[in-house]
Amino acid sequence: MTQALDEIKIGGMGASRRRVEDNRFIRGRGNYIDDIVLPGMLHMEILRSPMAHARIRSIDTSKAWDIPGVRLVLTGEMMAARNLAWMPTLSYDTQAVLATDKVRFQGQEVACVIADDPYIAKDGCDAIVVDYEPLPVIVNPTQALATDAPVIRDDKVNQHDNVAFDWEVGDKEGTDRAFEQAHLVSKIKLHYPRSHPSPLECCGSIADFDRATSKLTVYMTSQAPHIVRAAVAMVAELPEHMIRIVSPDLGGGFGNKVPIYPGYVMSILASILTERPVKWIEDRSGNLISTGFGRDVYLDGELALREDGKILAVRMKTTSDHGAFFADAQPSKFKIGLMHSAFACYDIPYAHLSARGVYTTKAPGGVAYRCSFRVTEAMFFQERMVQAAADDLGMDQAEFRRINFVRDDDFPHRTPYGFLTDSGQYAKCLDVGLEAIGYAEFLKEKEEARKRGRLLGIGISTMTEPLGAGNSREYDILGIKMFDSAELRVHMTGKAILRTGAMNQGQGHQTTWAQIVAHELGLPADDITVEEGDTDTAPFGMGTYASRSTPVAGAAVSMVSRKVKAKARKLAAHLLEVSEEDIEWELGRFYVRSARDRGVSIQECAMAAYSNMPDGLEPGLEANAYYDPPNLTWPFGCYIATVEVDPVTGVWDVLRVVAVDDCGVRINPMIVEGQIMGGLTEAYAMANMQFITFDAEGNCVGSNFMDYLIPSAWETPGYELHEVVTPCPHHPIGAKGVGECATVGGPAAFVNAVIDALKGTGVRNIDMPLLPDRVYEALTQKHDVSGAPPVRTDN
Amino acid sequence: MTSLYEEIADGPGEGVPVRRVMITVNGERRTADVEPRLLLAHLLRQGLKLTGTHTGCDTSNCGACTVLFDGKPIKSCTMLAAQADGHEVTTIEGLASASELHPIQEGFKDEHGLQCGFCTPGMMLAAKALLDENPDPDEDEVRWALSGNLCRCTGYQNIVKSVLWAAKKMHADTPADGN
Repeated sequence: MTQALDEIKIGGMGASRRRVEDNRFIRGRGNYIDDIVLPGMLHMEILRSPMAHARIRSIDTSKAWDIPGVRLVLTGEMMAARNLAWMPTLSYDTQAVLATDKVRFQGQEVACVIADDPYIAKDGCDAIVVDYEPLPVIVNPTQALATDAPVIRDDKVNQHDNVAFDWEVGDKEGTDRAFEQAHLVSKIKLHYPRSHPSPLECCGSIADFDRATSKLTVYMTSQAPHIVRAAVAMVAELPEHMIRIVSPDLGGGFGNKVPIYPGYVMSILASILTERPVKWIEDRSGNLISTGFGRDVYLDGELALREDGKILAVRMKTTSDHGAFFADAQPSKFKIGLMHSAFACYDIPYAHLSARGVYTTKAPGGVAYRCSFRVTEAMFFQERMVQAAADDLGMDQAEFRRINFVRDDDFPHRTPYGFLTDSGQYAKCLDVGLEAIGYAEFLKEKEEARKRGRLLGIGISTMTEPLGAGNSREYDILGIKMFDSAELRVHMTGKAILRTGAMNQGQGHQTTWAQIVAHELGLPADDITVEEGDTDTAPFGMGTYASRSTPVAGAAVSMVSRKVKAKARKLAAHLLEVSEEDIEWELGRFYVRSARDRGVSIQECAMAAYSNMPDGLEPGLEANAYYDPPNLTWPFGCYIATVEVDPVTGVWDVLRVVAVDDCGVRINPMIVEGQIMGGLTEAYAMANMQFITFDAEGNCVGSNFMDYLIPSAWETPGYELHEVVTPCPHHPIGAKGVGECATVGGPAAFVNAVIDALKGTGVRNIDMPLLPDRVYEALTQKHDVSGAPPVRTDN
Repeated sequence: MTSLYEEIADGPGEGVPVRRVMITVNGERRTADVEPRLLLAHLLRQGLKLTGTHTGCDTSNCGACTVLFDGKPIKSCTMLAAQADGHEVTTIEGLASASELHPIQEGFKDEHGLQCGFCTPGMMLAAKALLDENPDPDEDEVRWALSGNLCRCTGYQNIVKSVLWAAKKMHADTPADGN
């Protein structure tokens, strides 16, 4: 009798398989963009604007040209001559590649220098003289919407104000009616501050245009190389088959490496003009002040409440600050991303959202920073509104959530804004979290501590979020539908290569994709090579962001494996000399139904595909699959934090953090937990210290890691992780997205905990980050503290 | 001899001052002609092709460029190559022998102490400096020793576990009688 394969042993689903990619990273043998050196390569540096808003009177580049080793100096004028001074954004707006008329944010690209060496290129930038005429600066929506505000986007025909868009969704009349019937209306104003994904590796590119073949190869830090290829084909008017985009190892992404930045475009033109490879490596300051930020959204939120605590309706008005160009990376149909996924875990009949986007003289962006298209803001607003409502009703915050949750037997459930959720055990997750933190005991401890002047607080955040765009009916970027792909080729000895349209940036695709194949085919995961990121070899895909890899590309890996298995079955029937109908499958092996001992392994089928195929069957064992998900996946997270606030300094310490994640079936539990802990840390960072703001002159405060605070191992709390598993009903292996859940749901847990500690002071809100001076001000002055820019810089 | 300019046909520009430095890198004596302003990180990466040393912030905050300088962790993005003249530098490439990984490397793999891998070389060298001084650190000591190295992916918990794993392994590998 043949021994059945042990799926964990072959590195299949559920195995905490150690990562394949680590073998190179722990040896310092990764291959990041700056590690790539091409023969004859030149180096590019960008000159950025020191002013937030100014007309360019003149640019004198003559001294730069005089420096030995400088090969090329590009200005907006030269880009304009080639119709490349402006480029389209992913949100149907335009963005300056190099400024021609005026600069619209501090850090905007004004010129670039290409030289033999990066130091010389920097010298070249220093030698350029730009004459600026300062213009009024706008750093928040109130200034932008003032009647006398200067029009920032005067380059656009028909743009007479600073409104980028007005958009709404939901049932306005129903919501208004529900508010009229409310026992109590709970209101709160919030600001989710501007933050920056700041992966540890900045952006960069090496453009290599080969005049002899007319082929353009661009190595670049892109989370979505195929989208870049499509965009370059459209903008640069190069034929798509003559463009090859290669994403090497990425030193993190978090949404920052989704957009197409001016630096990429400049390096491409520079390579075409110099006929040499041109490398651009962004410095940290350039990364923080010019590339895709996240958040910067203001909310007026209202909940209509019944006396017993049921939420009758939600009203949200958001005003989002997009900076100088509407360069969001959001699906086309949704101007404020998936903000309307808010309150999806609660059973609420009516909701309305009106969203206004404005231009300011700040860096463009609005990327989904570890976030599925503004769900981070949505869930933060939701959970802050929920806590305020519970407080207004005088109800326990856990109980208030429980009575409003969608119940386990209510799926599929239509959310108040119209999404369809399909699975979850919300109350169970909350119970696991409360049990783990010792909720009742902590409440007692809190009361006792309060008597002795100590301020303890507990914050809860529960949410389900939509991960894994598409489906293609509703989700597209620039008209390209959001599906994904996989291609699997099994070699004759049973080893295989898998390529997908996703793009790893730390998630461990090389490890986990092979585990899915192992689960489907019984090939040991170690026998499968995984490749991504090269548009000449990988199938077309939309890349990795918004936690879409496992929900979409991961599903494609399953489906392609099943196609291969279907063909292997024909080969097995041939080898076993029975008809296909008489064959059964167990992991890694087909056997004759009536004689279990008579079987062939998947490896034997692979060999037969090249050496012994039946008449009429196409040789080879490979397939590709494009997967268009029927729905998003809806993981659930319950995050609970306890804190102690020091009333003397306003400093708060995290006592404990409990996270309960239900992301469906876990492919590699070790990697899932790593994702959750990383996500919690970004949540803690945003709640505690990490933000980008501006002074009244439009200077970016947070333009380097001395001012832009990122928690180290010392500040970062420890985490206690728990799981609940509700498989996704439509995903082929029951998985849901997870990479962003903790970042999305986490911040409100920390903020709610601090606000809870301040209970009794009348303080309803302190805007993130909850810096000690803000907490101290709230505590001593007994009022809410806003974090909207401009910040004071006089101290 | 290694020159930063070896692959650039034109060599250093006319009038650019050049200084010869001798640095022992990963046990090998290397000579390079460098501009006085050249940063050590750039000499290691571009001149010596040791690309495991990364630069992440340019301001000594992130620690991706951490190397051991006479055994102590330093940020090579804010040290001039000229300052390293006559000193010993260990980079990530010098941590493992040809056949065997260092226990810290094994620990990072086993405890999932890395995701994108960009901070990892600097993080491991900072950990090595700690364990050289303190072979049996507790969690707080590890967290403090690594507080000059930022990671955006892991949340540190597994990094701390990786270092503790390595300490334990190194302890087990050391004969109890100290011989």
